[in-house]
Amino acid sequence: MTDLLLISPILLPLLLLIACLAFSTRERSAGIISLAGTAVLLAACSALLVQVSTHGTLTLAVGGWKPPFGIVLVADLLSVLMLWISAFVALAVLIYGVKGGPPSSRPGHTHVLVQGLLLGVNGSFLTGDLFNLYVWFEVMLISSFILMVRERRKQQLAGGLTYVILNLLASAMFLCGAGLLYGKLGTLNLADMAVKLGSIEDPEFVNTTGALLFVAFAAKAGLFPFHFWLPASYHHAGPAISALFAGLLTKVGVYALLRVFTLVFTAENGFSSSLILYLSMATMLIGVLGAVAQYNVRRLLAFHIISQIGYMTAGLAIGTHLALTAVVFYILHHIAVKSTLFLVGGVLEMKTGTPDIRRHGGFYQSQPLLAACFLIPAFSLGGIPPLSGFWAKLNLLQAGVQSGEWLFLAMALGVGILTLFSMVKIWNESFWKAQPATSGAHENTSSLPLAPGRPYLAMLLLCGLTLVFSLGGFFVFELSSRAATGLADPSLYIDAVMKGGTP
Amino acid sequence: MTLVLSLIIGFLFAAATYCLLRRNLMRVLIGILLLGHAVNLLLLSASDPLSRLPAILGKDGTPDFPGNADPLPQALVLTAIVIGFGLSVFTLVLARSCFQGKPVDDVRDLGREDLP
Repeated sequence: MTDLLLISPILLPLLLLIACLAFSTRERSAGIISLAGTAVLLAACSALLVQVSTHGTLTLAVGGWKPPFGIVLVADLLSVLMLWISAFVALAVLIYGVKGGPPSSRPGHTHVLVQGLLLGVNGSFLTGDLFNLYVWFEVMLISSFILMVRERRKQQLAGGLTYVILNLLASAMFLCGAGLLYGKLGTLNLADMAVKLGSIEDPEFVNTTGALLFVAFAAKAGLFPFHFWLPASYHHAGPAISALFAGLLTKVGVYALLRVFTLVFTAENGFSSSLILYLSMATMLIGVLGAVAQYNVRRLLAFHIISQIGYMTAGLAIGTHLALTAVVFYILHHIAVKSTLFLVGGVLEMKTGTPDIRRHGGFYQSQPLLAACFLIPAFSLGGIPPLSGFWAKLNLLQAGVQSGEWLFLAMALGVGILTLFSMVKIWNESFWKAQPATSGAHENTSSLPLAPGRPYLAMLLLCGLTLVFSLGGFFVFELSSRAATGLADPSLYIDAVMKGGTP
Repeated sequence: MTLVLSLIIGFLFAAATYCLLRRNLMRVLIGILLLGHAVNLLLLSASDPLSRLPAILGKDGTPDFPGNADPLPQALVLTAIVIGFGLSVFTLVLARSCFQGKPVDDVRDLGREDLP
């Protein structure tokens, strides 16, 4: 029974994908199947979360091949938390409603691709095998490639091409790293790899392969020198799709970094991680400076993703238990907040017909509920107490104080102020200032309140989740802390995989 | 044999890097294809085909067919080839629709179109 529960986050999207494919000509049926199925997925992930948090890590040797020979699926607390939040965000995005693409194509295919994306994301969270991780990455990427360029606008194609090429390069790096590791260690199982890498004592080899995998994951996560694809492409996708990407895609990269660089490439195994901290700080700064300079609402938010990714990887580089706890909490908070902001940004664009916030205005007056849906996540992102972003940043800064990373502290506080500044910029331009007297067809629509329908339900759901993370912070923090214990002490993960689950 | 293989891999990586740094999109794509081949060969050669015992053992714990290569790297390369093929075709289609009706496929145009 637990085996079925463990594999359900992979199995359900696969079945839904097939079901949506069968209904690909009828958008409505495909949408209902996709939505209902994702609700079931969320329920399954919740059950898995309860199971893992009470009984400890679950593992499943696929096909009965005992580890380290076969592929093993591992659901520890970190994986399960990530699964749960991605199912939640996917459900909210599907409630918001994904566009069907150009009318000539089969509209139901969008749902097929969304389920394909979920399949890849969930597989990446669950797998305990390096090559299998590569395959799940590719499943996720090919779905996201097609979703990104589905409306076939010229700019979308250009942004999508940048995205595709950079990710193909990253995948090549990943394969190089995986191949070299297999050649030296004779295993692809992450737990087995961690043990064997510790015993070979060859720092050059560890650092070479570690750097290859780091580049691969960093490109997926959008870390500083490899981040160019993200602000070039995200804002061209449809609003719902870009919210899904903002919530899930980069976080899979961060998850992979967290997993592999706390388990396999650790300081004990001879990997030197000081570079990660400096790259993270550069990422934080460059991301937020890009955001400050932008006036395109969703592009501004895309730059923010980069900046926030820097906070997460900085926590990984500090590497203490408190820092890792803060990172796990940060990821959960960030996924909820960022998806909401992208959905709000999508509504703003839809209402005014332009992404340029200088031509927005008056939304606070005409649509107070939308303003609230923007204000909660925006303040949370800026780190205003008592919202979730404050707790995440507070813990990260405490971890920084404990390890004496003063440069990081100064940078984090400065970037925090700039983050708040750029959020206030959107607030001032889109919501607070009077509506500009532009010509127009769009003027009428933006002064009308948005019909209380599915978009609002989705945004309120996500805002509710942010509030739960804020006010129920202690409970979530406790879960994150237990997940971080599993990260800080790799032997727990290794034992769970090798002995088939914790007793 | 090993020497020839490593020379070929090195050459492929060099050629791929050269192509990737070009301005023509088509050359960039050729670079990605070459990179894929280089990585696949690297995967195959790094796992040193004849030196390790295969993962499949007979009933008495020794390999049934001594001298056989480890099948796993070949399976990995096969998977990588299939995925790489699919992605390359998709990228080609994308590139074609991106530069349709234009005389030159200069990658700098991608950035220019991106400006708001």
